[in-house]
This record gives sequence, C-alpha cells and structure tokens, in this order.
Amino acid sequence: MTARSKSVDVAVRAQHKYIPATESEREEMLKTVGVSSVEELFADIPAAVRLGRPLQLPPALSEPELMAHMRTLAEANLHNDRAVCFLGAGAYDHYVPSVVWHLAGRGEFLTAYTPYQAELMQGELQAGYEYQSMLCALTAMDVANASMYDGASATAEAAVMAKDLTHRDEVLISTAVHPEYRQVLHTYTAPLGIHLREVPYRNGITDLGALAQMLSPRTAGVLIQHPNFFGALEDGAAAADLAHRAGGLLMCAVADPLSLGVLNPPGAWGADIVCGEGQPLGGHLNFGGPYLGMLATRQEFIRRIPGRLVGATVDTDGRRGFVLTLQTREQHIRREKASSNICTNEALLALAAAIYMAALGKSGFQKVSELNVRKAAYAKEVITAIPGFRLAFDSPTFHEFVVRTPLPPEEINRRLLPRGILGGAPLGRWYPDLSDAWLLCVTEQRTRAQIDELAAQLEKMR
Amino acid sequence: MSLRSRGRDFPLIFELSVPERVGSSYPSPDVPLRPLDELIPARQLREEAAALPEVSEPDVVRHYTRLSHRNFSIDEGFYPLGSCTMKYNPKVHEDVAGLPGFARLHPYAPVEHAQGALQLIWELEHLLAEIGGMDRVTVHPAAGAHGELTGLLMIRAYFHARGEARTKVIVPDSAHGTNPATASMAGYQVVTVKSDARGNLDVDALRAVMDRSVAAIMLTNPNTLGLFEERIQDVERIIHGGGGQMYLDGANLNAVLGVARAGDQGFDVMHMNLHKTFTTPHGGGGPGACAVGVKAHLAPFLPVPTVERVGERFVLDYDRRQSIGKLRAFYGNFGNLVRAYAYIRTMGADGLRQVAESAVLNANYLLALLRGAFDLPYDRICKHEFVLSGLRQKQQSGVTTKDMAKRLLDYGFHAPTIYFPLIVEEAIMIEPTETESKRTMDEFADAMLAIAREAQDRSEVVKTAPHTTPVQRLDEVRAARHPDLRWSPR
Repeated sequence: MTARSKSVDVAVRAQHKYIPATESEREEMLKTVGVSSVEELFADIPAAVRLGRPLQLPPALSEPELMAHMRTLAEANLHNDRAVCFLGAGAYDHYVPSVVWHLAGRGEFLTAYTPYQAELMQGELQAGYEYQSMLCALTAMDVANASMYDGASATAEAAVMAKDLTHRDEVLISTAVHPEYRQVLHTYTAPLGIHLREVPYRNGITDLGALAQMLSPRTAGVLIQHPNFFGALEDGAAAADLAHRAGGLLMCAVADPLSLGVLNPPGAWGADIVCGEGQPLGGHLNFGGPYLGMLATRQEFIRRIPGRLVGATVDTDGRRGFVLTLQTREQHIRREKASSNICTNEALLALAAAIYMAALGKSGFQKVSELNVRKAAYAKEVITAIPGFRLAFDSPTFHEFVVRTPLPPEEINRRLLPRGILGGAPLGRWYPDLSDAWLLCVTEQRTRAQIDELAAQLEKMR
Repeated sequence: MSLRSRGRDFPLIFELSVPERVGSSYPSPDVPLRPLDELIPARQLREEAAALPEVSEPDVVRHYTRLSHRNFSIDEGFYPLGSCTMKYNPKVHEDVAGLPGFARLHPYAPVEHAQGALQLIWELEHLLAEIGGMDRVTVHPAAGAHGELTGLLMIRAYFHARGEARTKVIVPDSAHGTNPATASMAGYQVVTVKSDARGNLDVDALRAVMDRSVAAIMLTNPNTLGLFEERIQDVERIIHGGGGQMYLDGANLNAVLGVARAGDQGFDVMHMNLHKTFTTPHGGGGPGACAVGVKAHLAPFLPVPTVERVGERFVLDYDRRQSIGKLRAFYGNFGNLVRAYAYIRTMGADGLRQVAESAVLNANYLLALLRGAFDLPYDRICKHEFVLSGLRQKQQSGVTTKDMAKRLLDYGFHAPTIYFPLIVEEAIMIEPTETESKRTMDEFADAMLAIAREAQDRSEVVKTAPHTTPVQRLDEVRAARHPDLRWSPR
C-alpha cells in the first residue's frame, strides 16, 4: 500500500487534536482495565436515561474555519477600537497597558487552578496577597479578599455581611446606586429575610435628610455608591456618621476604583465595608464580564468576610510563604453555615489589577485619576455651554455627569453613531423621571479633539 | 528552575519599590489645567497618594514573570484534581476571546451594534440546551456556586408562584460544599441524605425524608465518588412523586457528554461549569463561567435579560414578569462564553462524545494501575474520576494523604483533590481528563506507586515533603492564628 492510498482523511474516526489517545493506546488501556470496549465502561448507566442518538450540534470546525467564523461574529459588534466611547455606567473604557495581559495572560497563571497546594502555587498566592495589599492601600481599609464575581454581586454580599455582623434585618440603599447593583441586591437578600428600603436622591446625591428619617434599630447598614451612579460625589462622611449613630454599618460601593487616585478613600471617612467593581483596573470591557468583584473591610470583621483570603506565613525553614487562610468561613469546611457559597472567584482579574496598579504606580495612578477628572470637567463645560443642554445636578463629579437633553437621549445616540461616537447611557430606562437625562462618561482615553467633536455634533441637534 | 529563590524570601513588589520610579506613560492633559480643588471640593480630595509600588516597567515584567515560574499550570503538567476537570485549555480560545469585537465591546453598546455578541450567546445557550437535554439556558452566572444559587432561586420562585411554601433542600453527604451553602443562601434548610454501600445515594434514606416540605434535591451525577447514580430513576420517582424539583450539579458533566443527558434523567434544573467541561481556563481560581439549564416550566423565572431572536435580529428581553431578577450586572462572563462556544464548535457532537469516552477510559485505566497499592472504598467501574483512600498508609506508617499529596509535588505532578468527598477517610480523588496521554498517566502511576513504597520504607521523606518546591511545607496554623493579609509600609 502506498502512502497516498492510505489517506488520513478516510480514518474511521478522526484523531482529535485535544485528545492524545490513539486507537492502539485505547486498545492497550482497555486490556489493562479488563474490558473489551469503551461501551462496557458505561454499562452502569440505565438504558432508559441514555441518549440513543448523536447530539444535534453543528459540524466540527477546524481551527482556520473557527477563526474565520469568530471574526465574523466579532466584526458584527461596534467595539471601542472603532467607536469613540462616552459610555460608562458601570463598565469603563480605560487604557489597558500592554504589560497587564502579557503577564496575566501567561499560561502559568491562566491555566492554573485555585492554589490548593500552596507550596507549588506561590506565584498565584503572592500575587493575591499583593492585590489584597494594594486594594487596602487604595481604599484605606484593613483587609480585602482575593476577589468576588463582580461589582454587583460583591455589593450584595456586603449587605449580607452587614446583616450577619449586626444581627439586624434592614438595609437602606440609595437610589443613586447602580440600578443593576440594586436589582442584584434584591435578588440576593429576598430569600434571607433582609428588608431593603430605597433612600431617594436629591440633586444627584443621596438625600441624607430622608436617610436620617429612615434609620432605625432594625438598620443593619446603609449602602451608598461613591462616586454614585450619576457620577456625583456623595457626602460619605455624613452618611457614615448617620449610619453609625443608628448602630448600623456604612457600605460603600465603588464602581470605578480609579476614582480613588484623587478622592478621599472610604476608609478615611468611616466606611465599614467597601465593595465594587475592579474591571477598570486593567480589565477589558468584554461585553460585561468577566469583571472583578472587590470587597474590603475593617480588621474586626475578617471572620465574616466572604470569599478567599491569602495570608502570609513561613515554611519549615522560616522563609516567607503564602497560603489560603481563615478557611473555616468557607463553604468547603462550613457547608450550610458558611459566610457565602462562593468558591470559584475572579483570581485572574485580581492578578491583572495588581499588575495594573503596580505598572501605574503611586504617581501614575494619581495622574490617570486626575486626567479623568480634568477631561470630564472640560466635557461638562463645553457640552453645557450648548443651548438646550444643561447639567441635571450641580453636585461635584468624577468622570461621569448627567446632562438634560433637548432631544430624547436615545435619539441623540442614534444620530451620533454614524459619526463613530458611542454616546452616553439614557437614564429613562431606570429612572422614569429622568427620561431626558443622559449619563456621559469621559475617561483618560478621550482627547480634547474627540470631546470637541462630540460638542460640535450636539450643537447641530439643538 | 534557577529562578526559584533559595534561602531568602522572594521579594514582594512593594519591596522592589524605589521612590519616583514609574512603570507607565500617559499623555499630558490637553484640556485646561485648573487647580483640582476647583473641580472637586478640597475635603473630598485624597490627602496622600495610595501607597502603591514605585517600579519601572521592566521591574513589573520581571517580577510577575518570576512569580509565574513559582506556579503550576495545566500548560506545564498533569493536574489530576478530582472534580475540577483540569483539561487542556486551547490557545486559539485566547485569540478569539481577545478579538477587539468581543474584548473591547461595551455591555451597554446598542443591541443593533452588538448583534455578533448576542448571536454568540443565543447560539451557545441553544447548543448547551441540546447537550443538557434542557429547554432553556441562561449563561449569566459567573461560577458553579453562582449557578446553583440561580437554579435554587428559580425553584423557589416556581413554588412561590404555585402558592407552595416548601422549606427544605436535600443534599447527599457526598455533595460539594457549595450545595448546602447555596441552599442556605437561597433560604432553605438543608437535609443531608447518606450514601449506600455501592456509593449511590441511599434510596431508602431518601424516601424516609421526602415529603411536601422538600423543594428540591441537589444531586451530582456522576457523583463525587466518580460513580453514576445507578438508581437515578428511583430517585426521580421519589422526588417528583413528592412534588419536588430535581437539581443537577453538573460539575461532572465531562463523563457523560453525548452519552446521557440531565434532562432525560428527569432533572428540572442543571448547571454546567463552562470552566470545567467546556475548558475555559481556571485563571488560578477564576474567572469561571456557568450555564444553568431549565425545563420549560421554570423558564419564566430565568434571570433578566434573556437573549431572544426576533426574525434575523437578536434582542435583550428585560420584560419578564416572573423573573428572579439579576444575580450580577450585565449578561455573564462573556469572555469565557466566547471560549466555551469556540470549544463546542471545534468539537462537534462526535468530538464531545469522544471527550466523555476518553475521560472515562483514562480514569479507569489509571484506577487499574493504582488499585493494588491503595484502598478503594467503592470498587466499581468509575466514570471520569475515582476516589482512593490513604487509610492503609496512615495505619501502617503514619503517612497521611496530605503527606503523599505533598510528596507528589516533588515528582513534578500537581496533587489530586484530597479529603473530599467527606465520606471517604483520607480521600484521594483523581480525575485525569481526556487530554492526558497514556504516557503521562503511566508516569503519574509510577510516582504514586513509588510514594506508596516510600511510605513503607522511608516514611520521613514523605512526611516532610515537599522538598523541591519554591518553599517547604507552610505553616497554615500560624497563618490562621495570626492573620497577615496585607503588606503595610513601615
């Protein structure tokens, strides 16, 4: 038989690139097991529950075919390499330095499991410890966990934590918190008997007068977002003071931790739990995930913190090393009495965040944060100078602000798209009384020329 | 590896810090430079910059590259962690997930301009529905435990809609810890049911606890012993007979892909760990991604938004009156959905069936090589994994399962899952997956057998292991008694 006549295309069953076992190895292994066919290995599955047919799936694609198909799907999306993005609302278009994913994407990190064998996993563990340390530095809190799913679910876990810590059953949540965070909070807390009450906002920030009226001996905690969903700065210190006087905790959600480059950190003004979204720290937009849930708190609360914690210790030679610690809080030990059911977290995003924070460094982080403030302030100025466009609220802001528009914001966005501009978030979807309000975000990625172009386009829509 | 430090502490990034070093470059402001306190009230401003490291870009690259060398990954070697399905993570998945059309897409981009992403989610949900034998699928959850919560909350909403107040969830004693923890978070009392002598759920014990107060059973099948629940049909009759719902923890789906589907076994809800069966990388603990499949009667309760196809368009449907709401912001760990989708499209039906067959053959082969040297509490044909016990070694020479796991690290392998499931003393849970070769398994078996001999002949070397890792055995008790969870500037 010639090589040509034994074409590789006519094999009975194609050898798959991800499955090393060859036909002859399979035969050898079956012999060692003591069975004559693979089918015998499935004899314990009752015939009645077996699938008597092949799965109905599209035919397998080779790698080049897959790549072509995926490119087609990807190109059907208007992504931020093609659009000038003024959209934020909980997912932020910051520059991701090249080092971040060159390092975080290394196979040694990417394809590792949870560090159950600490001696073999010092890289992941130390990076986790460094992440926790940096997050503490940023928030001025005592301890941070190794990550949660995302900002919204971390915020919900913070509320559950407040209930457990205070043995009280009511959480007051500002309506200036991200609407999706509030929805998630509702989903998480309802089955646990936590009573949620929404605190109204006034001039774009939490109405502290209303909050004072709502506090009671049932109040486990008060949840604000800072900067809040409207981009405005809350009076966190006053809110914390009110919460504490009622015997409750103050929880602060941070949707963009880059804000902490310029803003007084929550730990400095009295927050008890900081939760929120770490995507802006080196994470890509990824159409909403994977993102990075952050959670940090005070020293005295560490035994109620959900999720994994990395701690420093020593080995038998006295050298520093790192382990997962205080695991008696967690589900694999405590089962139904655990502080949360979380197991898999977002470790890789935490690693990326640590690399991002290290690369920006002490001065760079501050610089980027200031760039956000200045660019947004400029945009605010030029846009509100256009007749018909006015600020919805006059509270100070970080990199987002709300504008009342002469046309429905959805219509403005539609007209901006052909100009390659991704406009802000129309707020009417979440706040019926803000149907003419538009939430714009201006990060360090936007240039003055792009802001001027946006203003020029809006000028035409008066 | 020469880079592994010996004799001194490996530095923290903070310890490399030198004042005034920078590791990034950004443009100078091109907008007016007004004093910051004109833009933000002074009392809201940070007084002192956060104590982040001050390092150059080469410092950052070298530090984290060296840390990566102090790690163990599936790219480097065999990772037989039972119940974790540490299979090879295809490189092409990283390239497709990194396409700007996916990676740089804002979640609130207008739906008309996110059609590729929505189509991918819609198709993935339908592919997974076929694989699981379910009617609808959501891909919102970020991880398995998050999927469990999603599933139980849907069951809760279903009973609520029927006006039934059921308060309990049944969990086998062999279950993952997340199952009872999730049941608690969903507001249920946990009822534990024991396993029988063959490693199946004890059907008589189940019958004894089943009544109208039970909302659901959470079952893993194949279970955490790596065994198929042979009496699954009896279980189904008992649970459904009492009006309860069947929840499948799909952690072990790899074993039965294309062979047996949850929907056909009577499960009403299931979750699939895309980071296990569908090979999205574990990232050192996450991100995961999870799909939850349901039968039609639970579809009204799916989290919002769902992705729907209207003609040739894909839309997000938020207007679902009976939805349990949201468990996270946005629509799921999309980057990992891209990878899982790419995997299913690469494998096709025949490829996925081969996955199950090879995973099960590999496990049974490895079991055959090891069964003589270790105790085997449940002696049956296994599925994708099996559970040995180190009890013999512990009794004969005082060498524990933990000691043997640490010793394996010296042989260049990651250890199996140990001390789980809880019903097996000194448990050693081994899952080779389909992407390992016979040669790798032969080498691993040789190492395990060598360690079993060492336990008898030179037990000290096992009890003090590991010896070749970047650090020696770590003091976990000290870490817990004196928590040191962050570096602080002196």
